[in-house]
Amino acid sequence: MDLNTVWFILITVLFIGYFFLEGFDYGVGMLLPFIAKDDTERRMIINTIGPHWDGNEVWLLTAGGALFAAFPEWYATLFSGFYLPLFLMLVGLIVRAVAFEYRSKEDSLKWRYNWDRMIFLGSFLTALLWGVAIANIMRGTPIDATKTYTGGFFNLLNPYGLIGGVTFVVLFLFHGAVFLSLKIGGEFQKRIVETAQKLWLPSVIMAVIFILYTYFDVDIFSAKGLSAFVPPLLAAVSLVLSGFYLKSNKAGISFILTSLTVVFITVAVFFTLYPNVMISSTSPEYNLTIYNASASQYTLGVMTWVAGILVPFILVYQAWSYIVFKKRLTKDSELEY
Amino acid sequence: MDVLAISRWQFAIVTVYHFFFVPITLGMSISIAIMETIYVKTGNENYRKMAKFWGKLFLINFAIGVATGIVQEFQFGMNWSEYSRFMGDIFGAPLAIEALLAFYMESTFIGIWIFGWNKFSPKGHAALAWLVALGSNLSAIWILTANSFMQEPVGYALANGRAEMVDFFALIANHHLWYQFPHVFFSGITQAGFFIMGISAWHMLKKTKNIEPFKISMRFGAKAGLIGIIFVVFIGHFQGQHLTAHQPMKMAAAEALWETENPASMSLFAIPDQANLKNSFNITLPNILSFLNYNKFKGEVKGINNVQKEYEKKYGPGDYIPNVLGSYWTFRIMVGVGFLMLLIAFIVYMKTRKENFECKPFNLKIIFYSIFLPTIGISTGWIFTEIARQPWIVFGLMKTEQGISKAVSVGEALTTLIGFTVLYAILIVFTVQLWKKYAKKDMDEDYEPINPSEA
Repeated sequence: MDLNTVWFILITVLFIGYFFLEGFDYGVGMLLPFIAKDDTERRMIINTIGPHWDGNEVWLLTAGGALFAAFPEWYATLFSGFYLPLFLMLVGLIVRAVAFEYRSKEDSLKWRYNWDRMIFLGSFLTALLWGVAIANIMRGTPIDATKTYTGGFFNLLNPYGLIGGVTFVVLFLFHGAVFLSLKIGGEFQKRIVETAQKLWLPSVIMAVIFILYTYFDVDIFSAKGLSAFVPPLLAAVSLVLSGFYLKSNKAGISFILTSLTVVFITVAVFFTLYPNVMISSTSPEYNLTIYNASASQYTLGVMTWVAGILVPFILVYQAWSYIVFKKRLTKDSELEY
Repeated sequence: MDVLAISRWQFAIVTVYHFFFVPITLGMSISIAIMETIYVKTGNENYRKMAKFWGKLFLINFAIGVATGIVQEFQFGMNWSEYSRFMGDIFGAPLAIEALLAFYMESTFIGIWIFGWNKFSPKGHAALAWLVALGSNLSAIWILTANSFMQEPVGYALANGRAEMVDFFALIANHHLWYQFPHVFFSGITQAGFFIMGISAWHMLKKTKNIEPFKISMRFGAKAGLIGIIFVVFIGHFQGQHLTAHQPMKMAAAEALWETENPASMSLFAIPDQANLKNSFNITLPNILSFLNYNKFKGEVKGINNVQKEYEKKYGPGDYIPNVLGSYWTFRIMVGVGFLMLLIAFIVYMKTRKENFECKPFNLKIIFYSIFLPTIGISTGWIFTEIARQPWIVFGLMKTEQGISKAVSVGEALTTLIGFTVLYAILIVFTVQLWKKYAKKDMDEDYEPINPSEA
């Protein structure tokens, strides 16, 4: 396997980590204003991800940095091309990050609920826009011979892109609700499980529509043949099963299954793309690939050493952080945020 | 305005704004780790109170620092995509390493630190604080590795129509980095010192009930401030000498020195006239600039017009002179503020050495208002180092105008410039509101002793 492929896989892994971890963070953020009865319940919800959201978000930062280091042309084309969506996402991420830290630092309910709206908005915008972006990357966008995106903002808001966006939102809502049912105890947990159960069917429907639409709108058979079916099929199966386990009150297994759904969808996306990284709808000749968009072999080599040494440590201490705060939160728990 | 001008304004605004908070994070994370360590070693409860009190203020800062930091990493691709294509092979690596090595550590352990006060022993919790401080300050090394490449490119070769990395270790060994990093690191320590001194002074002024931990803080801040600023000034001096050798145009602009002089005189107050390539007004001290550069009263210092001619020969026709008025005055403000801080930190340190010191209200007010000095010095320092490098985005390799994104229209760029500026303006209001609220608290307020059941 050449270094370009290694780094394509590593980028995939970083996005898997990002969507898996921030997926439930965004779901929790979107659910926040709707499932809590009072401020204490809101605080319980925020505190389930309180110690983790910042560390989870680093997966996005690292994905961005790794893209820049390993595939500078991909980074440049994607980030300058999807300029306004990225700006909106950044606004969302900024207000959300500040809101977590600031919302409980004043006693006024108005202050707190306004920041909660920011948490909702930031989580929603980011989830939606990633769906839109991912769908458009798979579908292909106008890119010229100089690897420059020429499509403008509204070109991204096509039906397939929007379905991708809604799918991400619904999926993360469900993933987040299942996460909460694992992290919150007492009477509140029952209501959360009910919410999660209600979210299951919509997320199955959206996922199926998105997967089917992909087969009609995106040309993946020619390159990948039947193997292209495998990851989305696994995603669909895990998603369906997660609903059954939720019903029989096995939130742990259900959460593993929603996590697998996110993992398989991300794998499906990157597997569909490979060896392209940005598809040009203008001409296949202008596609960005893991070869014409990559850094030099020397840089890829250096970065492989760096990632090989550091990633195991990161996985260990991040996993440890979840073990430290594994206890379910109840009304009587100490709430920091 | 064209996309270039808008992109430059946006970069300046979001970066300077982000860097209001970064030095506080760098210095306060270390200060808090030290406070927790002293508590572990001595058992003096005041230090635990201090760690909690300053920790709250630190977190208000940290949140907005992290939030505005994401923009930093994305904006190279968004607004400077041609730069990213040309330099990405070198520039991307330190950014990715910063995330892998520093951001994960900082962000994961700060979460555990915030929520872990009652889950860990004081020793364990202090260790977490040190990991946060280590992560924060490691991130500074890597982002400055990237910036140092822009100031003084090393370890690269031009190949395949771009700059490619050929020696990773040359990037890390870049001499520019090892002047710049300690300069930034100690300005963070200085920042923390003045932050702690300023707020402690306010409490002494208002005669807060439990004044003892604030007095300890005042002494702590004075020490940090004094140590920090001594190193900042000391390193800054040698950094200037290094820049004169490697980026002569930058330092000539800093001194508004238009013609080469030997011995060179230092300007005290100049009004540069860029159109006519001279100063319309200048007061100078003879020989001093040579002394600053070579530690003796002789020696040639190159002037702007002479370097311009040299660069025309080397890089072809073009205007290689940065904005001299801006370079000259930002440099002067930085240096002036630096020496002012040295004076203040020294006096406060001398005054607070005794266990039970007192301060006059007038002096306390001065200390309080000095809280803004580090920010002024650091911001002007960064503005200086970036504008005086112009017209280059990477010195000698790529001009700023070549780096902008082709995919971004004027309308789009303007939308984000206005969007970020308005958003950042709103956020600073809330940040200051919370800072004020939490800075005014008595350290006994909200304080929980270690085992509430036993207390």
